[in-house]
Amino acid sequence: MHRVKVRVVEDALDANNTIARANRDDFDRAGVTVLNIMSAPGAGKTTLLERILRDGIGDLRIGVLEGDVQGSLDADRLAHLHIPVTQLNTDSGFGGECHLDANMVRSALPSIPLDDIDLLIVENVGNLVCPAEFHIGEDARIMVASVAEGDDKPGKYPLMFRTVELVVVNKIDLLEHVDFSMERFDSFLDAVHPGVERMQVSARTGEGVDALRDWLARLPDRARAATA
Amino acid sequence: MHEFSIASAVVDTAVKHAQGRPVTVVTVRCGRLRQVVPDSLHFAFGIVSKETVCEGATLEFELVPARLRCEACDSEWEIEQPIFRCPTCSTAEVTVLSGEELEVDSIEVAQDEEAECIA
Repeated sequence: MHRVKVRVVEDALDANNTIARANRDDFDRAGVTVLNIMSAPGAGKTTLLERILRDGIGDLRIGVLEGDVQGSLDADRLAHLHIPVTQLNTDSGFGGECHLDANMVRSALPSIPLDDIDLLIVENVGNLVCPAEFHIGEDARIMVASVAEGDDKPGKYPLMFRTVELVVVNKIDLLEHVDFSMERFDSFLDAVHPGVERMQVSARTGEGVDALRDWLARLPDRARAATA
Repeated sequence: MHEFSIASAVVDTAVKHAQGRPVTVVTVRCGRLRQVVPDSLHFAFGIVSKETVCEGATLEFELVPARLRCEACDSEWEIEQPIFRCPTCSTAEVTVLSGEELEVDSIEVAQDEEAECIA
Protein backbone atom coordinates (compact mmCIF):
# COMPACT_ATOMS: atom_id res chain seq x y z
CA MET A 1 0.00 0.00 0.00
CA HIS A 2 1.29 3.45 -0.73
CA ARG A 3 -0.15 6.93 -0.40
CA VAL A 4 -1.29 8.80 -3.47
CA LYS A 5 -2.21 12.45 -3.53
CA VAL A 6 -5.24 13.21 -5.67
CA ARG A 7 -5.75 16.78 -6.82
CA VAL A 8 -9.37 17.80 -6.39
CA VAL A 9 -9.69 21.62 -6.40
CA GLU A 10 -13.45 21.62 -6.10
CA ASP A 11 -15.59 24.23 -4.38
CA ALA A 12 -16.93 22.70 -1.16
CA LEU A 13 -20.31 24.13 -2.02
CA ASP A 14 -20.16 22.84 -5.59
CA ALA A 15 -23.06 20.45 -5.00
CA ASN A 16 -25.18 23.25 -3.58
CA ASN A 17 -24.31 25.54 -6.49
CA THR A 18 -25.17 22.84 -9.01
CA ILE A 19 -28.61 22.47 -7.45
CA ALA A 20 -28.96 26.25 -7.29
CA ARG A 21 -28.36 26.39 -11.06
CA ALA A 22 -30.98 23.68 -11.58
CA ASN A 23 -33.43 25.75 -9.51
CA ARG A 24 -32.55 28.80 -11.56
CA ASP A 25 -33.20 26.91 -14.80
CA ASP A 26 -36.63 25.87 -13.54
CA PHE A 27 -37.42 29.43 -12.47
CA ASP A 28 -36.26 30.84 -15.83
CA ARG A 29 -38.31 28.29 -17.75
CA ALA A 30 -41.40 29.34 -15.80
CA GLY A 31 -40.54 33.04 -16.20
CA VAL A 32 -40.29 33.57 -12.42
CA THR A 33 -37.94 36.13 -10.86
CA VAL A 34 -36.66 35.10 -7.43
CA LEU A 35 -35.70 37.34 -4.53
CA ASN A 36 -33.85 36.00 -1.47
CA ILE A 37 -34.52 38.24 1.55
CA MET A 38 -32.32 37.71 4.61
CA SER A 39 -31.84 39.32 8.00
CA ALA A 40 -31.26 38.62 11.67
CA PRO A 41 -34.27 37.22 13.53
CA GLY A 42 -36.80 39.94 14.30
CA ALA A 43 -35.48 42.59 11.90
CA GLY A 44 -38.92 42.82 10.31
CA LYS A 45 -38.82 40.78 7.08
CA THR A 46 -42.31 39.33 7.50
CA THR A 47 -43.85 42.62 8.63
CA LEU A 48 -42.29 44.39 5.66
CA LEU A 49 -43.64 41.73 3.32
CA GLU A 50 -47.09 42.01 4.89
CA ARG A 51 -47.01 45.77 4.38
CA ILE A 52 -45.82 45.61 0.77
CA LEU A 53 -47.94 42.68 -0.35
CA ARG A 54 -51.10 44.12 1.19
CA ASP A 55 -51.14 46.69 -1.62
CA GLY A 56 -49.37 44.49 -4.14
CA ILE A 57 -46.40 45.22 -6.36
CA GLY A 58 -47.88 46.71 -9.53
CA ASP A 59 -49.44 43.96 -11.61
CA LEU A 60 -46.96 41.33 -10.53
CA ARG A 61 -48.29 37.98 -9.39
CA ILE A 62 -46.40 37.21 -6.21
CA GLY A 63 -45.59 33.96 -4.44
CA VAL A 64 -43.78 33.58 -1.12
CA LEU A 65 -41.60 30.76 0.15
CA GLU A 66 -41.23 31.04 3.92
CA GLY A 67 -38.12 29.47 5.47
CA ASP A 68 -38.13 28.80 9.19
CA VAL A 69 -36.66 26.15 11.44
CA GLN A 70 -40.10 25.15 12.55
CA GLY A 71 -43.74 26.12 12.55
CA SER A 72 -45.89 28.04 10.11
CA LEU A 73 -46.20 31.31 12.03
CA ASP A 74 -44.85 33.43 9.19
CA ALA A 75 -46.88 31.67 6.51
CA ASP A 76 -49.97 32.05 8.70
CA ARG A 77 -49.36 35.78 8.99
CA LEU A 78 -49.32 36.11 5.21
CA ALA A 79 -52.30 33.81 4.59
CA HIS A 80 -54.83 36.68 4.50
CA LEU A 81 -53.06 38.21 1.51
CA HIS A 82 -54.51 35.58 -0.85
CA ILE A 83 -51.21 34.88 -2.54
CA PRO A 84 -49.59 31.46 -2.73
CA VAL A 85 -47.44 31.01 0.37
CA THR A 86 -45.40 27.84 0.94
CA GLN A 87 -43.83 27.13 4.32
CA LEU A 88 -40.53 25.29 4.32
CA ASN A 89 -39.34 24.01 7.70
CA THR A 90 -35.69 23.10 7.98
CA ASP A 91 -36.45 20.71 10.82
CA SER A 92 -38.64 18.54 8.57
CA GLY A 93 -36.03 16.14 7.34
CA PHE A 94 -33.20 18.63 7.08
CA GLY A 95 -31.96 18.51 10.67
CA GLY A 96 -33.10 21.96 11.73
CA GLU A 97 -30.64 23.90 9.59
CA CYS A 98 -30.17 27.56 10.35
CA HIS A 99 -30.37 28.61 6.71
CA LEU A 100 -32.02 27.65 3.45
CA ASP A 101 -29.89 25.95 0.84
CA ALA A 102 -30.51 25.04 -2.78
CA ASN A 103 -31.55 21.49 -1.98
CA MET A 104 -34.21 22.57 0.49
CA VAL A 105 -35.61 25.11 -1.95
CA ARG A 106 -35.62 22.47 -4.70
CA SER A 107 -37.63 20.15 -2.45
CA ALA A 108 -40.27 22.89 -2.09
CA LEU A 109 -40.60 23.58 -5.83
CA PRO A 110 -43.47 21.12 -6.41
CA SER A 111 -45.59 23.08 -3.90
CA ILE A 112 -44.99 26.44 -5.55
CA PRO A 113 -47.33 27.31 -8.47
CA LEU A 114 -44.51 28.63 -10.67
CA ASP A 115 -46.75 28.99 -13.72
CA ASP A 116 -49.08 31.32 -11.81
CA ILE A 117 -46.53 33.78 -10.42
CA ASP A 118 -44.05 36.35 -11.76
CA LEU A 119 -42.02 37.03 -8.61
CA LEU A 120 -41.13 34.54 -5.88
CA ILE A 121 -40.01 36.07 -2.60
CA VAL A 122 -38.00 33.65 -0.50
CA GLU A 123 -37.95 34.76 3.12
CA ASN A 124 -34.86 33.06 4.52
CA VAL A 125 -34.34 31.81 8.07
CA GLY A 126 -33.52 34.67 10.44
CA ASN A 127 -29.73 34.54 10.71
CA LEU A 128 -26.97 37.00 9.80
CA VAL A 129 -24.32 34.33 9.28
CA CYS A 130 -25.13 31.18 7.32
CA PRO A 131 -27.77 32.18 4.74
CA ALA A 132 -25.17 34.43 3.11
CA GLU A 133 -23.09 31.37 2.20
CA PHE A 134 -25.77 29.42 0.34
CA HIS A 135 -27.12 30.41 -3.03
CA ILE A 136 -30.53 28.98 -3.81
CA GLY A 137 -31.01 29.95 -7.47
CA GLU A 138 -32.18 33.51 -6.78
CA ASP A 139 -31.95 36.52 -9.13
CA ALA A 140 -31.39 39.03 -6.34
CA ARG A 141 -30.40 39.05 -2.68
CA ILE A 142 -31.35 41.77 -0.23
CA MET A 143 -31.13 42.03 3.52
CA VAL A 144 -33.01 43.88 6.22
CA ALA A 145 -31.16 45.46 9.14
CA SER A 146 -33.14 47.11 11.92
CA VAL A 147 -32.11 50.14 13.94
CA ALA A 148 -32.79 48.11 17.07
CA GLU A 149 -29.85 45.84 16.25
CA GLY A 150 -26.99 48.28 16.60
CA ASP A 151 -25.17 50.38 14.02
CA ASP A 152 -21.99 48.26 13.95
CA LYS A 153 -23.51 45.14 12.42
CA PRO A 154 -21.91 45.57 8.95
CA GLY A 155 -18.50 45.42 10.58
CA LYS A 156 -19.38 42.27 12.49
CA TYR A 157 -21.16 40.35 9.70
CA PRO A 158 -19.29 41.44 6.59
CA LEU A 159 -20.26 38.50 4.39
CA MET A 160 -23.99 39.11 4.77
CA PHE A 161 -23.63 42.82 4.03
CA ARG A 162 -21.33 42.12 1.07
CA THR A 163 -23.42 39.44 -0.57
CA VAL A 164 -26.54 41.60 -1.00
CA GLU A 165 -27.26 44.37 -3.49
CA LEU A 166 -29.66 46.30 -1.24
CA VAL A 167 -29.63 46.92 2.51
CA VAL A 168 -33.03 47.91 3.88
CA VAL A 169 -32.75 49.67 7.23
CA ASN A 170 -36.04 49.04 9.02
CA LYS A 171 -37.76 50.31 12.17
CA ILE A 172 -36.69 53.91 11.58
CA ASP A 173 -39.76 54.89 13.60
CA LEU A 174 -37.71 53.78 16.64
CA LEU A 175 -34.67 56.00 15.94
CA GLU A 176 -35.41 58.44 18.74
CA HIS A 177 -35.56 55.54 21.24
CA VAL A 178 -32.39 53.67 20.34
CA ASP A 179 -28.67 54.46 20.27
CA PHE A 180 -28.32 53.96 16.54
CA SER A 181 -26.36 56.41 14.46
CA MET A 182 -27.29 56.19 10.77
CA GLU A 183 -24.01 57.95 9.97
CA ARG A 184 -21.99 55.33 11.86
CA PHE A 185 -23.99 52.53 10.22
CA ASP A 186 -23.36 54.02 6.75
CA SER A 187 -19.69 54.35 7.53
CA PHE A 188 -19.40 50.68 8.55
CA LEU A 189 -21.40 49.69 5.49
CA ASP A 190 -19.21 51.77 3.17
CA ALA A 191 -16.09 50.09 4.54
CA VAL A 192 -17.49 46.59 4.04
CA HIS A 193 -19.52 47.09 0.86
CA PRO A 194 -18.66 50.51 -0.53
CA GLY A 195 -21.53 52.21 -2.31
CA VAL A 196 -24.11 49.44 -1.80
CA GLU A 197 -27.67 50.64 -2.31
CA ARG A 198 -29.60 51.23 0.92
CA MET A 199 -33.06 52.40 1.95
CA GLN A 200 -34.59 53.51 5.20
CA VAL A 201 -38.06 52.23 5.99
CA SER A 202 -40.57 51.62 8.71
CA ALA A 203 -42.73 48.57 8.11
CA ARG A 204 -44.87 49.77 10.97
CA THR A 205 -45.65 53.31 9.80
CA GLY A 206 -45.14 52.68 6.08
CA GLU A 207 -42.44 55.34 5.72
CA GLY A 208 -40.13 54.58 2.80
CA VAL A 209 -41.98 51.38 1.91
CA ASP A 210 -43.14 52.61 -1.50
CA ALA A 211 -39.53 53.07 -2.60
CA LEU A 212 -38.90 49.42 -1.72
CA ARG A 213 -42.08 48.40 -3.53
CA ASP A 214 -40.85 50.24 -6.66
CA TRP A 215 -37.45 48.58 -6.37
CA LEU A 216 -39.10 45.15 -6.23
CA ALA A 217 -41.39 46.04 -9.15
CA ARG A 218 -38.35 46.56 -11.37
CA LEU A 219 -36.84 43.14 -10.63
CA PRO A 220 -38.56 41.05 -13.34
CA ASP A 221 -37.60 43.48 -16.14
CA ARG A 222 -34.07 43.53 -14.86
CA ALA A 223 -33.91 39.74 -14.71
CA ARG A 224 -35.28 39.50 -18.27
CA ALA A 225 -32.68 42.00 -19.50
CA ALA A 226 -29.93 39.98 -17.83
CA THR A 227 -30.89 36.73 -19.55
CA ALA A 228 -31.55 38.36 -22.94
CA MET B 1 -22.78 27.34 12.58
CA HIS B 2 -23.09 25.56 9.27
CA GLU B 3 -19.90 23.53 9.55
CA PHE B 4 -21.92 20.29 9.43
CA SER B 5 -23.28 21.20 5.99
CA ILE B 6 -19.80 22.05 4.81
CA ALA B 7 -18.25 18.93 6.35
CA SER B 8 -20.88 16.79 4.58
CA ALA B 9 -20.07 18.48 1.30
CA VAL B 10 -16.33 17.97 1.90
CA VAL B 11 -16.81 14.27 2.69
CA ASP B 12 -19.02 13.78 -0.39
CA THR B 13 -16.39 15.41 -2.61
CA ALA B 14 -13.57 13.37 -1.07
CA VAL B 15 -15.52 10.11 -1.37
CA LYS B 16 -16.23 10.84 -5.02
CA HIS B 17 -12.56 11.38 -5.84
CA ALA B 18 -11.39 8.49 -3.66
CA GLN B 19 -13.19 6.00 -5.90
CA GLY B 20 -13.43 3.40 -3.18
CA ARG B 21 -9.88 3.82 -1.85
CA PRO B 22 -9.37 4.61 1.87
CA VAL B 23 -8.73 8.32 2.44
CA THR B 24 -5.93 9.30 4.82
CA VAL B 25 -5.87 13.11 4.41
CA VAL B 26 -8.36 15.69 3.13
CA THR B 27 -6.97 19.18 2.53
CA VAL B 28 -9.45 22.06 2.60
CA ARG B 29 -8.52 25.63 1.63
CA CYS B 30 -10.66 28.21 3.32
CA GLY B 31 -10.43 31.92 2.62
CA ARG B 32 -10.16 34.38 5.48
CA LEU B 33 -13.42 36.03 4.36
CA ARG B 34 -15.48 32.85 4.75
CA GLN B 35 -17.30 32.17 7.98
CA VAL B 36 -15.92 28.75 8.84
CA VAL B 37 -14.60 27.95 12.32
CA PRO B 38 -11.73 25.41 11.93
CA ASP B 39 -12.40 23.60 15.22
CA SER B 40 -16.09 23.23 14.37
CA LEU B 41 -15.22 21.92 10.93
CA HIS B 42 -12.79 19.36 12.40
CA PHE B 43 -15.45 18.26 14.84
CA ALA B 44 -18.15 17.99 12.19
CA PHE B 45 -15.82 16.19 9.79
CA GLY B 46 -15.03 13.56 12.41
CA ILE B 47 -18.71 12.81 12.79
CA VAL B 48 -19.84 13.03 9.19
CA SER B 49 -16.98 10.91 7.87
CA LYS B 50 -17.95 7.88 9.92
CA GLU B 51 -18.79 4.80 7.86
CA THR B 52 -17.36 6.37 4.72
CA VAL B 53 -13.93 5.87 3.16
CA CYS B 54 -12.97 9.12 4.92
CA GLU B 55 -13.38 7.65 8.40
CA GLY B 56 -10.19 8.24 10.34
CA ALA B 57 -8.79 10.66 7.77
CA THR B 58 -6.98 13.78 8.91
CA LEU B 59 -8.60 17.04 7.87
CA GLU B 60 -5.97 19.60 6.96
CA PHE B 61 -7.26 23.14 7.02
CA GLU B 62 -5.36 25.81 5.09
CA LEU B 63 -6.43 29.36 5.82
CA VAL B 64 -5.99 31.54 2.73
CA PRO B 65 -5.28 35.21 3.47
CA ALA B 66 -7.58 37.88 2.06
CA ARG B 67 -5.69 39.81 -0.61
CA LEU B 68 -7.27 42.74 -2.40
CA ARG B 69 -6.24 44.79 -5.44
CA CYS B 70 -7.20 48.34 -6.25
CA GLU B 71 -8.22 48.67 -9.92
CA ALA B 72 -7.59 52.41 -9.81
CA CYS B 73 -3.98 52.51 -8.57
CA ASP B 74 -2.90 48.83 -8.92
CA SER B 75 -1.84 48.41 -5.30
CA GLU B 76 -2.32 45.03 -3.65
CA TRP B 77 -2.60 44.40 0.07
CA GLU B 78 -3.75 41.90 2.65
CA ILE B 79 -6.60 42.63 5.07
CA GLU B 80 -7.32 41.36 8.56
CA GLN B 81 -10.37 43.58 9.07
CA PRO B 82 -13.29 43.68 6.60
CA ILE B 83 -12.40 46.99 4.99
CA PHE B 84 -12.80 47.03 1.22
CA ARG B 85 -11.43 50.45 0.35
CA CYS B 86 -7.98 51.09 -1.07
CA PRO B 87 -5.59 52.23 1.70
CA THR B 88 -3.56 54.13 -0.87
CA CYS B 89 -6.13 56.03 -2.92
CA SER B 90 -9.36 55.37 -0.95
CA THR B 91 -11.45 54.24 -3.91
CA ALA B 92 -13.86 51.37 -3.71
CA GLU B 93 -12.80 49.83 -7.04
CA VAL B 94 -11.42 46.87 -5.20
CA THR B 95 -11.13 43.27 -6.42
CA VAL B 96 -10.78 40.33 -4.07
CA LEU B 97 -7.79 38.29 -5.29
CA SER B 98 -8.02 35.63 -2.60
CA GLY B 99 -9.86 34.99 0.63
CA GLU B 100 -13.28 33.92 -0.63
CA GLU B 101 -12.47 30.34 -1.53
CA LEU B 102 -13.84 27.29 0.26
CA GLU B 103 -12.58 24.25 -1.57
CA VAL B 104 -11.40 20.71 -1.23
CA ASP B 105 -7.88 21.13 -2.59
CA SER B 106 -6.69 17.53 -2.55
CA ILE B 107 -7.03 14.18 -0.85
CA GLU B 108 -4.49 11.50 -0.02
CA VAL B 109 -5.58 7.91 -0.54
CA ALA B 110 -4.05 4.55 0.24
CA GLN B 111 -3.57 2.57 -2.93
CA ASP B 112 -2.40 -1.00 -3.66
CA GLU B 113 1.07 -1.22 -5.28
CA GLU B 114 -0.30 -3.30 -8.15
CA ALA B 115 -3.20 -0.98 -8.98
CA GLU B 116 -1.09 1.80 -10.54
CA CYS B 117 -3.61 3.11 -12.99
CA ILE B 118 -7.20 3.94 -12.15
CA ALA B 119 -9.40 4.96 -15.06
